[in-house]
Amino acid sequence: MHNRSKKFERILLLRLASSLRILCALCVSALSFPLLSFSQQPEIKIAAAADLKFALTEIAAAYEKQSGTKVSLTFGSSGNFFAQIQNGAPFDLFFSADSDYPRTLEETGLIVPGSTYPYAVGRIVLWSREDAKADPSKSGWKSLLDPSVQKIAVANPSHAPYGRAALEALKKSGYYDQVKDKLVFGENISQAAQFVQSGNAQIGIIAYSWVLAPTFGAGHVWQVPQQQYSPLVQSAVVLKNSSNRDASLAFLAYIKTAPAQSVLEKFGFTHSAAKLDPVSQ
Amino acid sequence: MTELLLSFRLAFFVTAILIVVGAPLAYWLAYSRWPGKFLLEAVVALPLVLPPTVLGFYFLIAMGPRGPLGKLWLALFGHTLAFTFTGLVIASVFYSLPFCVQPLITSFEKIDPKLLDASRVLGAGKGRTFRKIILPLSLPGVITAVVLTFAHTLGEFGVVLMVGGNLLGVTRTVSIAIYDHVQSIEYAAANQLAVILLAISFVLLALVYGLNRRVGVRWLSN
Repeated sequence: MHNRSKKFERILLLRLASSLRILCALCVSALSFPLLSFSQQPEIKIAAAADLKFALTEIAAAYEKQSGTKVSLTFGSSGNFFAQIQNGAPFDLFFSADSDYPRTLEETGLIVPGSTYPYAVGRIVLWSREDAKADPSKSGWKSLLDPSVQKIAVANPSHAPYGRAALEALKKSGYYDQVKDKLVFGENISQAAQFVQSGNAQIGIIAYSWVLAPTFGAGHVWQVPQQQYSPLVQSAVVLKNSSNRDASLAFLAYIKTAPAQSVLEKFGFTHSAAKLDPVSQ
Repeated sequence: MTELLLSFRLAFFVTAILIVVGAPLAYWLAYSRWPGKFLLEAVVALPLVLPPTVLGFYFLIAMGPRGPLGKLWLALFGHTLAFTFTGLVIASVFYSLPFCVQPLITSFEKIDPKLLDASRVLGAGKGRTFRKIILPLSLPGVITAVVLTFAHTLGEFGVVLMVGGNLLGVTRTVSIAIYDHVQSIEYAAANQLAVILLAISFVLLALVYGLNRRVGVRWLSN
């Protein structure tokens, strides 16, 4: 018994050693790879709101092909990026999910003056899984009152603009008091979406752009009427301490072109505040 | 303050459960001669090296209506586990497991086996030997385990973020509240809570090191 376990141990150690050697080789090659291959190309680092995950990824990929500029994307909550940028985070561009954070950054002199561009207007929707009993596409806000609904996911309104819009709309709809104890808060819009997708919340108020993503899966969608929340005008800025200002401004210019705008449209964004006509909504 | 109290409550429950579950487990891991023991040791130590996002992700799926834990809870209590205090306790028990079990194993292993043999020869059973010989001799290890588990749970963040849903008085622990304050640019409020947490953590760790230098120091520096 003892001998056998010794032998087993030795075999295990040998295997471990050989796999460690392979691992080390992999690590070394992985570490040297980016240094060798990207040193010649300009690179821009973008901090972007979570609702842009799919649209901006597609735009960036197209832009990389066209311009040769490497675009590295980081997605998160706008409030988090705002705090990081104020403390010197090394981003070149910031795509916020609102216009307040960019405005404050401009006021504190942290952006390239005049670089603010309202690139899109976002929308929020009620969403539930295909197999959910609560179906917002049939009953709109009323679906929140379905007995199967125990938890309603929204992004955290204290720092996520989409969460703020969700809460504002919920209050305007008149259903807030009836459902406020069922709300759970995702760290950002993508976590709110995860809560519903994983079935831990039965319904959520999330970004339309997420619902339209190819990987998101089927479900029941209902557009929250746009007059029930302040327009989610989203602005992008080039940051003052960008190490690659020209490439960053070039990318921002690309966002204004038709191909980029059509990708944004594909993911449920509308063009800009000017085109939002509150009377006809 | 609600958030701080909630974190304390969470840490208290997790520590109580882990000592009850962890002591027999540590005992077995310290004395068993089963050749496959190292596998279980590796499992127990997993939370030390796994990022909380991995644990949190699996818990979120497991606690959902299609996951095993979620299904069980749904059948028993009519609701799933995510976004509940009980859910946090369960996730934290796994997350803090090594912080309870490792110091216990270390101190159990240090006990002179001759003492255990003597106890057996003199007629004491396994249970009695554990109560009369092992536990008193490994008291420093037990204290270390209690304090470390408590402190570690108090400072838990990633797992809570992923399965908590940020509910005041239910799942918004102090670390989540601090994160929220920072994100909302309320640095003063964040600082208030952070300073308290820092002070508590320091006092707790100083307590461990001060009370029993041998067990605590060796385990932490390993």
